[in-house]
Formats: sequence, C-alpha cells, structure tokens
Amino acid sequence: MIFKNIDRPGWTIDIDCYLKDGGYEELKKALGMTPAAIVNEVKVSGLRGRGGAGFPCGAKWGFIRPGETKPIYLICNADESEPGTFKDRYIIHQDPHQLLEGTIISCYAVNARLAYIYIRGEFPDGARILERAIAEAKAKGYLGKNILGSGFDLEIYVHRGAGAYICGEETGLIESLEGKRPYPRIKPPYFPAAIGLYMSPTIVNNVETLCAVKHIVRMGGGEFARIGKPNNTGTRLLCVSGDVLKPGYFELEVGGVTFGELINDICGGLRPGHELKAVIPGGSSAKVLRAGERYKLKSRQPDGSMVEHEVGLEELPIDFDSLAAAGSMAGSGGVIVMDDSRDMVWALNNINEFYAHESCGQCTPCREGSLWMKKMTERMLYGGGVPADPDVLKSVADHIAGRTICAFGEACAWPTQSFVEKFRDEFVAYGAKYGNGETGS
Amino acid sequence: MEIPAELEAKIEEVITHYPISKRSASLPLLHLIQEHFGFISDEAIGWVAKKLELQPINILELVTFYPMFRQEPAGKHHIRVCRTLSCAMAGSYELLNTFCKHANINSSTSGHGSHLLKSSDGKYSIEFVECLASCGFGPVCMINDDFYEAVSAEEVPQLLQKYS
Repeated sequence: MIFKNIDRPGWTIDIDCYLKDGGYEELKKALGMTPAAIVNEVKVSGLRGRGGAGFPCGAKWGFIRPGETKPIYLICNADESEPGTFKDRYIIHQDPHQLLEGTIISCYAVNARLAYIYIRGEFPDGARILERAIAEAKAKGYLGKNILGSGFDLEIYVHRGAGAYICGEETGLIESLEGKRPYPRIKPPYFPAAIGLYMSPTIVNNVETLCAVKHIVRMGGGEFARIGKPNNTGTRLLCVSGDVLKPGYFELEVGGVTFGELINDICGGLRPGHELKAVIPGGSSAKVLRAGERYKLKSRQPDGSMVEHEVGLEELPIDFDSLAAAGSMAGSGGVIVMDDSRDMVWALNNINEFYAHESCGQCTPCREGSLWMKKMTERMLYGGGVPADPDVLKSVADHIAGRTICAFGEACAWPTQSFVEKFRDEFVAYGAKYGNGETGS
Repeated sequence: MEIPAELEAKIEEVITHYPISKRSASLPLLHLIQEHFGFISDEAIGWVAKKLELQPINILELVTFYPMFRQEPAGKHHIRVCRTLSCAMAGSYELLNTFCKHANINSSTSGHGSHLLKSSDGKYSIEFVECLASCGFGPVCMINDDFYEAVSAEEVPQLLQKYS
C-alpha cells in the first residue's frame, strides 16, 4: 500500500509518473468531501500514529476545536532519527508525491492553510526532492491558491533540521521550527493541537501516518480498519537491521507476522551457527526482548470473552497491543536483531552514548543521568567498573523515567532498565572484571 | 565577510517561507551560510541575527546546539560515519579508522564534542554522527551530501579518490 512504489521498476519521482498511476485522485475525492467527513473516516480507520507513541490520529485531529478562529498549522514530522528506523527515507526519496498528497488531504481535513515538512538535516537530497515535488504540484494546481477550484488554499514548505534527535519530539520540533533550541514544552495542559506553532493549534504527524491518510480516503475508514487487528489497524512499515541475513524494509499488516516469521521467513534467518539472543522491537528506545522469555497476551474470542495465553518471543505478533503486553513497544517500527555473538554491555553502551549525546539538557535527571549511564557502561567495558555498577546503573535509569518534560527521559531509561534486568549476568561479570572487590553497599 | 548577491537573494526568498515569524528562518539561513562559507563565523552569526532582527545570542545558541553546524572550517570533503548501534554492529568503528588511515587523519581524538578531525593537507575531515536512518545496510556514511551504504573497508581508498 504505502510502499507500493518503493523500488518499483520504472517508477520515477516526477509528478507525471505519479499521475499516470492514479496520483492525486484521492485529493480530488477528498476535496469533494467535508473536512469533518475526512476526520471521521480517519477516526473510523483506527489509524494510530506511526512515529513512535501510537496515538490515534483521528483523536489528535479531533482536538482542534470546531470553529477555531486562530490559524491552524500542520507539520509533517520527517525528522526520522530513531536508531533502527529507516522507513520514511524511502517514501521521501522515492515517492514524494504520495507524502504530499497525504499531507494536502490532511491539511484540508484539519483546515490548515500553511504546512511545513520538517526533514532531518542529514537528508539533503530528500529536501531537494520534496521541494521539487512541491513546485510540480503547485504548477498543476494541487497546491497553492484555490486548489483544483475548491476554494481551499495551502502552502507547504520544506524546513531542514540540523542533526538533533530531540527535534523528533513534537514540541521540540515546534520550538526548532520557531527558530529556537528544540527544548520540548511542558504538556499538559497545552498540547500542540491547542497551542502549538506560533501559539496556534498545530497538528504534527509522521510521514507514514500522513501517507496512510491518502489510503484511508481511497478505501474508506471501515475498509482500512479491516486490515490488521482491532485497535491495531492498517499496515506497518517495519525496518529490520542487525544480525539477520536479509535485513531491509517491509510493509506488513499490523500484527500479521510474529517476530519468528519476520526474522526467519522474511529476513532469511540468522547467520549460520548463531542463535537468537535479543530483539529491540521498535527503535532503540523500546525495551529489549530476550530470547526465551514468555509473554502473557490477551485475545478476544468470537464470543467476546478474553482469553489469556502465553507465547515466546518468536510467537509474539508485531502490533501495538502485543508489544505493550510484552512490556515493550511497537514504537517506530525499527527492529534490531542481535544474535549470540553480541555483547549486551557493549550494545547498551552504544545506545547510552547515543542518548547522552542527544539529550537536550533541559531537565537535570536526563541531562546528568544519560551521561552517567554512558560513563558507567563505558567503564564496565574499558576499565574502572565496580561490582555495584549494575545496580547503580539501573537506579540512575529508574530516577530518570517519569521525571522529565518529554518522553526522552523514558527513551533513554528503558534500554538501560531492560538490558540490566534481562542480561544481568553479563553486567555483573563486567562489574566484577575490573572491580576492586567492594560490594558498593 | 561578503554575502554574494545570489546568496542574499536565496536568503530573502527563504525568509518569505515564514510569514508569521522571521525567526523561523534561522536554521535555513545558517544552512545557506554554512554551505557557502564552509562554517559559521562569529561575523556570520552577527549578520544572520541582524537580518532576522534578533540578538547574536539567539543565533549563537543554535550554532552551538545543533550538531550539523560548525564554527570552524571542515576539510574540503567532509565525511560523516554513522556511529549508532546497527552500524556499529556492522563495523562502523572499523570504517572510521579505515577512513582515517587512508585520508591521513589522526584518529586518536575521535568522539563527540572533540574538534573536527582533519587531514594535515585540509582535504578531508571526518566525524562520527548518530543514526543516519539506513540501519539495514550498515555501515553507512555521507561524504559531503552524498550518501553511501554498506561501505566495506576495501572500498575506502576508491571512495576517497572520487573526492580528491
């Protein structure tokens, strides 16, 4: 669906190719509907945000007050930077008009007349491709004043970030777009849909989410909701990296495959002679899953009753609710697979270095904690660790989560909490390796 | 510091993208300045601030926060190697070292926060960056604006030759 044109033979990024394939038909259809009807279709579709949090898109749009008098803005979050995630890259570089069409429809639905695509600074080609696509769409009347004679005006501009992960956080992104440091805003009480860009109502949606809107308009919300599972509808772009023979990006029905099927059937399995050790299921912020763990899932029976059953990692379906039940999250769809050759302290240290570098520094627990977690895993690996390190490490993480303005606090604490808890033996061994024999208590 | 007419025209055009607040044009202006001059000098910070009717600190705090902006010149060709997990598992640390070896860069001071690593002839500079969003095909790197996937150590000399 969303990846239909990705790596498609003969497919080009220009508007003629897109139009020949039925492009902008959904925009025409949408302009014949009322904005409220589109919002309703999106609500019916059950579409959940694809950026990481999985928040229902229709509900987010519904936060815009009816009869709003301030200007409303829409921002496409194309700041793809969650480690393990590489899906938006292909939409932007290979199918820019799909993203534009989804964005224009969404702007019409929420009554936004000005929209920005906030693209990460490291996609210079992507920014140029989108700018060209915008110019093409404008020349054909799909953008600008009085779009296709509907009376609806819209301008879209591409805005480049400059290498800061925190700009993916929607209020950090808004601050950045206002020309400031991207320090996330405190919320509640004011979510961007109430007070966002320039103190006006603002909708921030991920690239994949906006593309899904186009397909919801095409097939109708009810039909879209039949793909996937209840509360986990539609398709998901999964990105697989790490120790599999055929890593890559795949569009799959939400919950349509298990981790075992993804790793073994779709990605060609592990390297010969190796066994599965761990999977990070939804970008590096998601809690790690250990091979051999058992998870309790609830499923609704045809008669409406709920039945609990237990599954292992390889039987775990990849959807929002199953991963939440397994104590992790579907997040951004970035799956990192690790086999038994991997050192978990080394892996966590790499992740910790990322978060230590990317913390914006606004909240003390995160600014100091992320750095300390990195210092501790580093000394465990390269000398200077003490036996108390695993416990102190966990305690630092426990004191960050829930104590920061934005979800970065959780994002940097969850890897440490889960790695130390689930691979404790490896952390204890490192703590003792250079340890001075003190218990630290 | 001289801003050529062509660059100034681009800058004026970009400012029109932000009808509500000129301040929003800060990042785009800094990108344009850095693309033209190779880095962002104190003088440039003052120029951008004046252009957008801001104080220099409003611009300086951006230059020091956003990792892509630099206050010193990079090499003629700037190499960014992804450091994050999937690429590290695929050998990005080895890749950085290989680049350094073939580009005559002393890599002993690599890491975040340190000055850019440069070859003595000024031809190349290199830095580790965080996730470049192509995790399935690591290790990945960028040379200037060009993007490369699954870069093996053997390819490095050839790759450097393309950027002489």
